[in-house]
Amino acid sequence: MHAESQIREPLIIGNKTYRNITDDIIAPIEGKANRTWYILFTIASLAFMWGIGCLAYTIGVGIGAWGSNNGVDWAWDITNFVWWIGIGHAGTLISAVLLLFRQKWRMAINRSAEAMTIFAVLCAAIFVTLHTGRPWLDYMLFPLPNQFGSLWPNFNSPLLWDVFAVSTYATVSIVFWYIGLIPDFAMVRDRVIKPRMKKAYALLSFGWGGSVRHWSRFEEVSLVLAGLSTPLVFSVHSIVSFDFATSVVPGWHTTIFPPYFVSGAVFSGFAMVLTLMLIVRKVYKLEAYLTIKHVEYMNIVIIVTGSIVGVAYLTELFVAWYSGVEWEQYAFLNRATGPLAWSYWIMMTCNVISPQLFWFKKLRTNLVFTFVLSIVVNIGMWFERFVIIVPTLCRTYLPSTWNTYTPSFIDVGIFVGTIGMFFTLFLLYSRTFPVIAQAELKSILKASGEAQKKASAEHAHH
Amino acid sequence: MSKKYWKGLPELTDSPEFLQKKNNEFAEALPMDEFLSGDDANSKGTSRRDFLKVMGFSTAAVALAACETPVNKAIPYVVKPEEVTPGVANFYASTFYDGHDYASVLVKTREGRPIKIEGNDLSKVSHGATSARVQSSVLSLYDGARLNGPLAKGNATTWKNVDDAVAKSLSTGTAVILSSTIISPSTKAVIAEFTAKHPNAKHVTYDAISYSALIKANKNVFGKSVVSSYDFSKAKTIVGVACDFLGTWLNPIEFANQYSKTRKVNRENLEMSKHYSFEANLSLTGANADERYMVKPSEYGKVIAALYNEVAGATGNSKVSDAKVSNADAAKAITKIGAELVKNSGSSIVVCGFNDEGCQTLVNGINKMLNNYGKTVDVELYYNLKQADDKEFLDLVADLNAGKVGTLMTYNCNPVYTAPSSLKFADAYKKATVKVSFSQSLDETAKLADYVCPDHNFLESWGDANPKRGHYSLQQPTINPIFAAPRYEGTRQVQDTLLKWSGIKTDYLTYLQGYWNNHIFPQQGKHLDFASFWANTLHDGVLKVSVLKDVPFVPAQIDSTGKVVATGVAAIVNELVVDTTKVIKPTAHVAATPGAVATVANADYNKAAAMATSAKGGTYELVVYEKIGLGNGNQSNNPWLLELPDPISKVTWDNYITMSIPDVKKLGLNEMLRQDIDGSIVDLTVNGVSVKVPVFPQPGQMPGTIGLAVGYGRTAEAMKAAFGVGVNAFPFVSVINDTLQYVGLNATVAKAEGTHTFASTQIQHTIMGREEYILREVSLKEYKDKAKEVWNPEALLPMHGGGTKHVNEVDLWAEHPRMNHKWGMTIDMTSCIGCAACVVACTVENNIHVVGKEEVGKTRDMHWLRIDRYYTSDMNKDKAHEEGLGTKQMYIDMENPSANPKVTFQPMMCQHCNHAPCETVCPVLATSHSTEGLNMMTYNRCIGTRYCANNCPFKVRRFNWFNYIDNSMFADVNPAQQDLGRMVLNPDVVVRSRGVMEKCSMCTQRLQAGKLAAKAAGMPIVDGAIKTACQSACPTNAIMFGDANDENSEVSKWRSDDKNYYLLEEVGVKPTVSYLLKVRNQDEAIHHEAHTTAPKHEGKADAHKEEHHS
Repeated sequence: MHAESQIREPLIIGNKTYRNITDDIIAPIEGKANRTWYILFTIASLAFMWGIGCLAYTIGVGIGAWGSNNGVDWAWDITNFVWWIGIGHAGTLISAVLLLFRQKWRMAINRSAEAMTIFAVLCAAIFVTLHTGRPWLDYMLFPLPNQFGSLWPNFNSPLLWDVFAVSTYATVSIVFWYIGLIPDFAMVRDRVIKPRMKKAYALLSFGWGGSVRHWSRFEEVSLVLAGLSTPLVFSVHSIVSFDFATSVVPGWHTTIFPPYFVSGAVFSGFAMVLTLMLIVRKVYKLEAYLTIKHVEYMNIVIIVTGSIVGVAYLTELFVAWYSGVEWEQYAFLNRATGPLAWSYWIMMTCNVISPQLFWFKKLRTNLVFTFVLSIVVNIGMWFERFVIIVPTLCRTYLPSTWNTYTPSFIDVGIFVGTIGMFFTLFLLYSRTFPVIAQAELKSILKASGEAQKKASAEHAHH
Repeated sequence: MSKKYWKGLPELTDSPEFLQKKNNEFAEALPMDEFLSGDDANSKGTSRRDFLKVMGFSTAAVALAACETPVNKAIPYVVKPEEVTPGVANFYASTFYDGHDYASVLVKTREGRPIKIEGNDLSKVSHGATSARVQSSVLSLYDGARLNGPLAKGNATTWKNVDDAVAKSLSTGTAVILSSTIISPSTKAVIAEFTAKHPNAKHVTYDAISYSALIKANKNVFGKSVVSSYDFSKAKTIVGVACDFLGTWLNPIEFANQYSKTRKVNRENLEMSKHYSFEANLSLTGANADERYMVKPSEYGKVIAALYNEVAGATGNSKVSDAKVSNADAAKAITKIGAELVKNSGSSIVVCGFNDEGCQTLVNGINKMLNNYGKTVDVELYYNLKQADDKEFLDLVADLNAGKVGTLMTYNCNPVYTAPSSLKFADAYKKATVKVSFSQSLDETAKLADYVCPDHNFLESWGDANPKRGHYSLQQPTINPIFAAPRYEGTRQVQDTLLKWSGIKTDYLTYLQGYWNNHIFPQQGKHLDFASFWANTLHDGVLKVSVLKDVPFVPAQIDSTGKVVATGVAAIVNELVVDTTKVIKPTAHVAATPGAVATVANADYNKAAAMATSAKGGTYELVVYEKIGLGNGNQSNNPWLLELPDPISKVTWDNYITMSIPDVKKLGLNEMLRQDIDGSIVDLTVNGVSVKVPVFPQPGQMPGTIGLAVGYGRTAEAMKAAFGVGVNAFPFVSVINDTLQYVGLNATVAKAEGTHTFASTQIQHTIMGREEYILREVSLKEYKDKAKEVWNPEALLPMHGGGTKHVNEVDLWAEHPRMNHKWGMTIDMTSCIGCAACVVACTVENNIHVVGKEEVGKTRDMHWLRIDRYYTSDMNKDKAHEEGLGTKQMYIDMENPSANPKVTFQPMMCQHCNHAPCETVCPVLATSHSTEGLNMMTYNRCIGTRYCANNCPFKVRRFNWFNYIDNSMFADVNPAQQDLGRMVLNPDVVVRSRGVMEKCSMCTQRLQAGKLAAKAAGMPIVDGAIKTACQSACPTNAIMFGDANDENSEVSKWRSDDKNYYLLEEVGVKPTVSYLLKVRNQDEAIHHEAHTTAPKHEGKADAHKEEHHS
């Protein structure tokens, strides 16, 4: 067991024993849902169903139901896609990168962050598969053996790279998440009494026995998957950014996009983790495991990534000016002062100014403030994608093609629907899955638990 | 006797009980009523079995009804018509004339269906050119609003009933045939027959857009009531006063063609005509003028009088009393123009489109003093177009009101819709005893008529035309009448109807041949027998005779038995047609003698000047004008034309009043500058007639004037596409001095509640300082004097370490091999007048969907070819620098066009880039490159990611947002949704379905057909043998297409011209389409920036010189 400094703030508060941890974490699965859960679930599933209705209408008549047009051919669809993919980034970063860096505080949040990743990628998948004009032909995007002669997809197209990047990412994330869940499913299996539930969790836990051999393989696989996932954290959003960066559209064609997109993704992902964790913490009374310190750590990540994003915005402006390219200069001038400038300034306010408030310790340890700001950041990040796509496409090379964009109510419906879907899935998840990786958490109880730290401090004094 | 089988003993015995039951389908009555009534369900004995029976039956019935498989019939010919080969198009020469526009045309038919109209190169009147209206006329054949049989009081009836009823009515009272100008000599003869049979009948000509002042002026000056013809091709100085001769005036197709000939500038021919325009609205012609001056309609006469005096002064003629022109710029220009006109005496032209006798007389005087008659203007070679005398129409209205008209027959006109409100024509019309309309659809007049006798469409009709003296053309049916027995009562050609009503048994075709045999055949000396003459003329479609003989319209004389005797027009038809051996001796030919012009000795120009300068305007003066799309409204119901963006405003599916921006500001109306596309609504009142109409702020509109286009505001419900679109402007036409004047000199405008959304295809008006990359222009002087590097520099990129390289040498990609052909297109922006004939031609050729106003408003128009229209702005980079203006403010100011901007038209379609950005980003290879240099779409492969469209620098790709062919939202606007309208589709081009990207294919189907023809002939493709649809429609030959691999091809020659440039060349996409920059005939230089994409920070801040227009 690693020894940990006494000065470090404990990661588990209270006089928790292994038994307490098990009890606390299984409580939502074993117990009945409270009123708050039902209210949230009703709202979320209603939004989800509305979204399904709007999607069904879109599939019925065509994507003319949206506000996009000839000129602004992508709008809310791709904005939402990039936004959701970005949100999905935090999960993998927390579970893989922080694992490699041995950041133990991740253990309280990684399970839910990964769940969030998977749900966010599902939401993103809705947009990326249904934004096409003929979604029933989406299979042509894959290099399947086919009868069209030797007709393969176009490997030059960043959109194709997207297909590979996102599908790889989704697969690895799901596998990684599931591997981590196995010991916890076994714990649930051992606890629950109802035979059906027992059978289900027994199936899910793959006959986990908790032997040393099992643990050894578990840790090895986790490390391997962490190693595999880490480059994916960087590749997915880099490749998503290639959709824009490799084009000839002024305002899109910039080499800064890959790092800028990745940091933006981590930024928004952490904000979403915070939003969710603060709810989970409250609803399931997990204050002992999701401490103020956890929130503060995450807020620090938000300051760092938010600042990177801010620097990227300013760099873009500088490069536009420095390059001397008229198109580029106008594209940025248009974003900042054109007809859709309000979206640019929402983005700037939410993403550049607001995270800087976390420099104040008082603010970054204030849960209400953090909750509000985590939502503000995600609003800002949605507008970042909107600004990149819509105002840019509204005014490209030929002034004769300059136009405007208004979303339709179907656009709004589908977006709200995916938010509904996200929360519906998350709420269902939180009632059936152990929301904290308790097996892992138990491994740090002796080193980072408050009670144990106090005990060892007293021991040292004597 | 066949055997009879009985089903059971009761049948054999035929018991009465059995007999009674046999008639019922069910042995026991189903308790349906009780079951459905629902009350007391249990007691009435509705059993579960009954319920299940009913349930089962209805489910099965519904399921079966839904299971009907659509049957698609493709039946081959059993006996193939000789001239029809499936898959091969036939072309027939014919004539388009709708009472307004004339063109000699070739009709392309496929499997017996006319699907496209092309110009007839042999014509010396329309010169193989077409206009948007001519191109779209093929759809009129398949108009869902067409009637399929005669109507009596709105109900379907038979021809016999109508014939009887009309015969009865004709035998009792007076009769009037009211028609638009008839240019068909044989039809005039038919009418002569009719009036001979019915001595109380007369023929009144009424044109919705009248030119009667022009006729009166020619009467005043030359003693001839004719419409003179014009030849712009010989003019060096062109002056137009309120005259849209390139778009709508008189015979615009011919004028556009002539005009463009004076504007082809190159190193061999450094001269071009200089064109001045005075007008209130910004017309298509004004937009093309080298110098345009804004004047109010009340000052048109003053401008002309001042010009008259300038010319009179310089030529030593007596002056007339004139009045001051309030626009100082215009007044100053008149002096200069006068001198220039005199300098180019005999090769100048002054035209006026204002229907005022005084103005037109003075214009005649000016042209006469300039010695232009017989050269650029001709009263001997007069047009037969626009013959209406407004006085006759006004008299007819008086007669109608006095109850003097028994039978009124309206042919090819719609006076209830087009007559000025002051005449209250609809009320007068109702006073005619019997009203007969020959309209093809239930239009405003036909709705009020007692009998509607629908005419054939022009593509179903025989006919002839004599548009200009000495020029004839024939019209032949290219399809059997669509509405014909036995399925329908059918339509009937008006000439047949009139012949019938005249008691002549001959059908019109025979009559027509007889007429030609008797009157036109003798005028020519080429063919010796009528049969070969007829066959050849029909083949060519046109005939030009050197004899200028006025053909008499002598009616046939009919004997008491109703038999035609030999002295009439058509009487000896039969003998002569078969008598092929008859030799006609050339009669004494009277050659046209240009120059020798008889004139009236003392034309009273002072009286004319007094008349012309007397007009007084109010606060606002309304100009009623024709749009390029709808013209006078004959084709109001044509969705292609409704969706055609107006070349100037770029607005579709609407009419509106155009107002100057200062006026809009003054009234506190929505300016619609920048991206705001909602317009205000105002109450417009002229002479007591008021209407609510949206306002479109129009740069180039004379302050104090407003424009409103005719052709909209149809109230005929049958016209589904046009019904309810816009307001009707015809009621605002004024009657002044017994002529219809298309102005309302005293208009008031008051702001009303609400806003109106325009569906515009272009909302950004100016080029935003990007001229050098997109829209190059040069003044004629600079073109002559300065080196090419100044005004058309190469696209050079600065290299690392110094030096520059041409952008084509800086390349990441390998060249595509171009073994055989390398198709190329070049567009001459100096020739392009923006008339939009190409846009409609492309729509017809490529089955482009009509999407309706709402979708166009969302920037979802589907046109593969659009014409970008740019106005100049007062702001430019130099000026901003001088004034110390910030960049943001500079760009905001740049978005505002000048008050009287210069206009440039730029046809824009897929540029078929050799390094196409769309191709690399398509994930499924749906868009790819051909070995012949074309960027191709594979619709089947397209999944609709729309990435290609985002990555297109020219934004020419069009996405099918909906299934336009099937979605009920588009049922009224998309002709391809009706069985009838679908017949116009080009079978060689796929009709794209939902979710697919499309764009210009360079008419790949024509390329393929051309290559196949060459292959069949065993010879290489001849340059010019393949023409794209846009190219062949263009009246000014502004589009050239061909093989750029062939260095002798015309397109290669165009590309080697020093005016050639590529759009956005620096971007490196290597377009296949190139442009010849626009030469403006002006002395003031158009400044050009030092053309380089060198980063600005390397030099001084102001190294990036920006051009500005003077």
